[in-house]
Amino acid sequence: MANLSKEAKIEMLKKLIEIRRFEEKTVQLYQTAKIWGYLHPSIGQEAIAVGACSAITGDDYIVSTHRGHGHCIAKGANLNLMMAELLGKATGYCKGRGGSMHIADTELKMLGANGIVGGGIPISVGAGFSCKMDGNGKVAICFFGDGASNNGVFHESLNMASVFKLPVIYICENNLYAISMCSRESVACKNVGDRASSYGMPGYIIDGNDLIEVYETVKRAADDARKGNGPSLIEAKTYRWGGHHPNDPGAYKDKEEADYYKKEKDPVANFKKKLMADGIITDKDIDKFEDEIKKRIDGSVKFAEESPEPELDRFLEEVKQI
Amino acid sequence: MREIEYREAIREAVIEEMDSDEKVFLIGEDIGVYGGAFRAYKGLIDKYGPERVVNTPISEAAIVGAGIGAALTGYRPIAEVMFIDFTTLAMDQIVNQAAKIRYMTADRLNVPLVIRTQGGAGRGVAAQHSQSLEAWFYHIPGLKVVMPATSYDVKGLLKTAIRDSNPVMFIEHKMIYLNKGPVPEEEYTIPFGKADIKREGEDVTIFAYSNMVFKSLEAAEELQKDGISCEVIDPRTLVPLDIEAIISSVKKTGRLVVVSEACRRGSVAADISAMVTEEAFDWLDAPIKIVAGLNTPIPYNSTLEQASIPHAADIVKAVKEIVKK
Repeated sequence: MANLSKEAKIEMLKKLIEIRRFEEKTVQLYQTAKIWGYLHPSIGQEAIAVGACSAITGDDYIVSTHRGHGHCIAKGANLNLMMAELLGKATGYCKGRGGSMHIADTELKMLGANGIVGGGIPISVGAGFSCKMDGNGKVAICFFGDGASNNGVFHESLNMASVFKLPVIYICENNLYAISMCSRESVACKNVGDRASSYGMPGYIIDGNDLIEVYETVKRAADDARKGNGPSLIEAKTYRWGGHHPNDPGAYKDKEEADYYKKEKDPVANFKKKLMADGIITDKDIDKFEDEIKKRIDGSVKFAEESPEPELDRFLEEVKQI
Repeated sequence: MREIEYREAIREAVIEEMDSDEKVFLIGEDIGVYGGAFRAYKGLIDKYGPERVVNTPISEAAIVGAGIGAALTGYRPIAEVMFIDFTTLAMDQIVNQAAKIRYMTADRLNVPLVIRTQGGAGRGVAAQHSQSLEAWFYHIPGLKVVMPATSYDVKGLLKTAIRDSNPVMFIEHKMIYLNKGPVPEEEYTIPFGKADIKREGEDVTIFAYSNMVFKSLEAAEELQKDGISCEVIDPRTLVPLDIEAIISSVKKTGRLVVVSEACRRGSVAADISAMVTEEAFDWLDAPIKIVAGLNTPIPYNSTLEQASIPHAADIVKAVKEIVKK
């Protein structure tokens, strides 16, 4: 595992657990109608968010998706502000106006989750132009799914990023399903990663549930981009544990396949096992981390529940300016 | 005062802003050596280089998206969509992204982006290159909509648009590019939300914007011969709209004709009409008349094309229907 200190690996494990438990909590809250509208948990896909965000710096940008809580957390988002946003409170990241799909934070260089499939892909081209013009080696990661890779903007954006050699890392989280459409049936190529050659950029096809493989691949693509070699496409193969959202039972999914991924390819459980096998942590450490994280997540729910609602009068005044 | 072409006024505005703010850059199709489809950017790539005059493939969604992404990360791009008819290809980026990002993120992110485009009929370029689609953008909260008619207006308003930290749909008109008009040498800007009385009058208010301003002024000249004094008011910006100036004018004249090149159905004209009815009913001495384009795709044949959009004669006729002298 190139260049990762013990401390770094432990931090990455904590982030994996944090995302997993945060998402589980939001599902609970959604099922009790404390969170409403749409919620798209990223359970099962945590290694991509953590591996990728760990491979870049605080000055680099990310553009996210509707399934973006993991990206936000991996980039350093504040759980209290996130939870308050999901509960629509005035103390949320977006003062309750955005909800789950529109969380953003300029300080974290988090250019927004997005409610439109592929909506962030063209935006990442702009972030790429910015990084190139700034000339200080910054890069942008663009997360998107297998479904988005079939959308017109994917073509326009990767072509443009390549033509202008923009420092963007395109990461396709192929979790096999775009709502109910299986990517094996919707993507004309064998792999989304094969599309890279159409855009004259390197393509990587990796196990998205292997945190270290994600980290190393993104690091390599980022280094390439920083040197001025332009964008890359990484297809990180993973699996969406839940349905598209908590009210979708996922009847279209194959049960055997689902069981396989949950038992054999759980990114959180597997990284725990790995660090234990390497003697970096023990069972007791894991319990301690889980405990700390549970406290913080419960704390974020408390913070959110005790937070005020946005003021209606103020909203009605502000609307006059739009 | 010197008189310059509308497109030259655009070019001057762009140069002034690019010279004073290194974060301003241009992105669009055929804006390099070609100088832009209507030559508004002639010579700019030589002056600023390809880094600041980014000549792109045909990719409207990516062009606008790139503008948004750069705007989110410290730059002030001017993205060009060559024909407003092609904004259809970038609609998600314009409507779901640019217009909404500031609001959805409660000001954490904002989009200082100008989308320059042009529309309008009269060039014989037929249905897919001649539309007036401002109503679409007028209807989307979060977008400002600017439609300058004169060289003076386009320069001052474009500078304001570039300095605005919100997304602006800057809609020019293809028939105006070569019109000359007075433009001062000294620097100036024009604020949004400030209508301009292009001609003062007493008997009727004619509300018109973009190319219809000229048809209205022509009509006003004609009507003067019959002793009818027309006030022509040009809002210059549809969002924000200077509704006070319009109401003020209507309270003075008691009569309103709203002119729109865009077809009548779902037009900005219809909304203006409704607003004035709500706010100034007691001052109206006659029903409001709307003179608008026909509800049709614009034909290729010249006679049919001309019949599809309003002309001075149509405006004269409408005025005479409500001003009895």
